[in-house]
Amino acid sequence: MKDIAKKVLSGDSHAIARLITLAENNDPSAIAYMKDIHPHTGKAHVIGITGVMGSGKSTLIYELTRQYRKHGKNVGIIAIDPTSPFSGGALLGDRVRMMELAMDEGVFIRSMGTRGMLGGLASAVYDVVEILDASGKDVIIVETVGVGQAEVDVIKIADTTLVIIVPGLGDSIQTLKAGVMEIADIYIVNKADRDGVEQTVAEIESLVDISCSGKDRVTPILTTIAKQGKGIKELIKEIENHEKYLKKTKEFDVQRRIRYETELIEIIRKRLMNFIFDEEQFKYRVESLIDQISKKEIDPHSAAKEILSKILK
Amino acid sequence: MEKKIRVLVAKPGLDGHDRGAKVVARALRDAGMEVIYTGLHQTAEMVVETAIQEDVDVVGLSLLSGAHMTLFVDVARLMKKKGLDDVLLVGGGIIPEEDISKLHKEGIAGVFGPGTPCEDIVKFIKENVKK
Repeated sequence: MKDIAKKVLSGDSHAIARLITLAENNDPSAIAYMKDIHPHTGKAHVIGITGVMGSGKSTLIYELTRQYRKHGKNVGIIAIDPTSPFSGGALLGDRVRMMELAMDEGVFIRSMGTRGMLGGLASAVYDVVEILDASGKDVIIVETVGVGQAEVDVIKIADTTLVIIVPGLGDSIQTLKAGVMEIADIYIVNKADRDGVEQTVAEIESLVDISCSGKDRVTPILTTIAKQGKGIKELIKEIENHEKYLKKTKEFDVQRRIRYETELIEIIRKRLMNFIFDEEQFKYRVESLIDQISKKEIDPHSAAKEILSKILK
Repeated sequence: MEKKIRVLVAKPGLDGHDRGAKVVARALRDAGMEVIYTGLHQTAEMVVETAIQEDVDVVGLSLLSGAHMTLFVDVARLMKKKGLDDVLLVGGGIIPEEDISKLHKEGIAGVFGPGTPCEDIVKFIKENVKK
């Protein structure tokens, strides 16, 4: 086995960090290491946390992690922030609210930019989950970018998905109905010291009533004040309940299968795109087809068909 | 390979003036870098541990309290001790002329005083990044 993979398995933070970078950069050497560590994955419980900007995701993760540490669990945190579509750069600031965790050996935090991925996740996040899992983390927390309505990809990677809402969003909960509000395994109304908590809880309850009819698990709704650490113990209890439920009902295997399916599709998509848009033989053809589309000499569907026919033969 | 330069922007020590650090962080982002910003009151140990976990190419320190000869040097020495030899270390703030060469000797490769155009910092990083 390669040295770096061996070091990842022993929990060496230099090696973990370096392998994450290789995976993020699509470095060809990462593939061999990922192959070596894959048999050692699958043990960690993956928690996805999503919610609108400013709902308190980072603060909640900080308190959640402190609580898990008291139980002696090792925690990996993946904090995702948006990459600028213009410069390709990113400002990754989630660590500001988790500063106290920096010196805890049982916690590994990695900040990631989305690097062009839509859906609220970063493109290498599946690899990063595998790496942290193999390195012996018991719990892995994935924090999505601050979401609007459609950034729901987190359910494909998380065993338990938490959706955070704050009071005072008013009617916007209604508009969230179809996307983010459908994906929660646990709802959290954070900043519960603000006005309007009861109303917000009631609105979510009415959504849950509709969507849970006929299911054997009712999605719980918790209230927290993350900044004061209130409601965190209850949250951990609910996450454990959900984990037990998953394992009892075989939902767990279904969930993991979805993760691997999505990961496989993502890898194939990435490699195909690189193949078409980076390889010399296609690059110029693609460029000239784009010119032709602009000049109305060919339509986009026919252009796509031409490129695909070259690959598929 | 889609390599991006990753930079940790940190404020060690006790002063609370993070305007400069934020302006620089933004300029680096606009130059296409991934900037990890950690906030105020970092110890040297926190800075170095974060640099390890985030696998950054550059550590940028900002300090306005005058304690740079202690805190910048602490970070530089700890980075060496932890084997971060391939990470570029730079610093900025109110730093007297006579301290600059001493800081260079300790391994702070770039030192930027008040009024430095952000483009100069971007250029310096792009030209000196080691990985």
